[in-house]
Amino acid sequence: MSARPIATTRSAAGMPTPRLAVWWVIASEIVIFGGLLGSYIMHRIAHGEWAEYAANTNTMIGATNTFVLLTSSLFAVLAHQAAERGDGKTAARFLYMTTGGGLVFLTIKAFEWTSEISHGMTITANTFWSFYYTAAGIHALHVIAGMIIMLFVAQTAKRNEDLHRVEIIGIYWHFVDIVWIFLFPLLYIAK
Amino acid sequence: MTAEEHHEPSFYVKIWAILLVLLIVSVLGPMIGIKWITLLTAFGIALVKAYLVAVNFMHINLTPRYVVYLVTTTLVFMLLFFAGSAPDVMKEHGRNWEKPAWIATEAAYQAGELDLGHGHGGDHEAESGHHGQSEHH
Repeated sequence: MSARPIATTRSAAGMPTPRLAVWWVIASEIVIFGGLLGSYIMHRIAHGEWAEYAANTNTMIGATNTFVLLTSSLFAVLAHQAAERGDGKTAARFLYMTTGGGLVFLTIKAFEWTSEISHGMTITANTFWSFYYTAAGIHALHVIAGMIIMLFVAQTAKRNEDLHRVEIIGIYWHFVDIVWIFLFPLLYIAK
Repeated sequence: MTAEEHHEPSFYVKIWAILLVLLIVSVLGPMIGIKWITLLTAFGIALVKAYLVAVNFMHINLTPRYVVYLVTTTLVFMLLFFAGSAPDVMKEHGRNWEKPAWIATEAAYQAGELDLGHGHGGDHEAESGHHGQSEHH
């Protein structure tokens, strides 16, 4: 007897169960990131001196990482499109490219943080930097999680199996992209 | 993408190009140095970019309407959280409380006496009364 899940569709929900599940994940993620960013915004507005700390963040590095994530999102949606066509090999290739985008993002982040930390801007330096590292750090953990899942999905997609998963991980990846779209102006532009 | 909608790859490349143009505008906008333009180009454009990604890449418009309601509900909860917490966080005096450390820090900052060259700043500095490692600018 097969142990594979059979509840991949659910007529009552009007959409495949995995897609419904990922939207539930995203709804809960909105509360996590929304609470954190909402707290940051109210503190940022209340503390004028935080503008001085924020002036230390590098806008061009933030913009480069935004470019990288937007491009990786393009690859993710092209992977989805290939999966819709039943072309698992192309879908897998685009998923690898998306993962590569995540890797570039994290590498840039690593250099950026190394520079900041070596100059004394650590997570315990003050409340601004606590928010900075917490928000960007939780986001980076989501990038890592997305990359790991994407590599698993690419493995099966390459064999033309479970191609619906390509769309699901893509939706999650686009959400991670959207979170960064808001982190970028909050941490790098508003100075 | 669902059975209801099929786009050519060029469509997604076009959306990506629009997102990149918006990114460039959001970087250039603050360089003008006018506050409302900075806010508009930074946060207004972030909203537009998020909308473009949600609709064209995540295809939220093609999901059942209740998914949109689900996501909107969580966003409304965030607004409620903000409205409930911000008055306490953003004001230095309240009905039954005050923030002497915060007031001292703000006063020092306004007077140009706050040492921003040190890691510790804001309310933490005044509360703990000690300084952390130096911070580079």
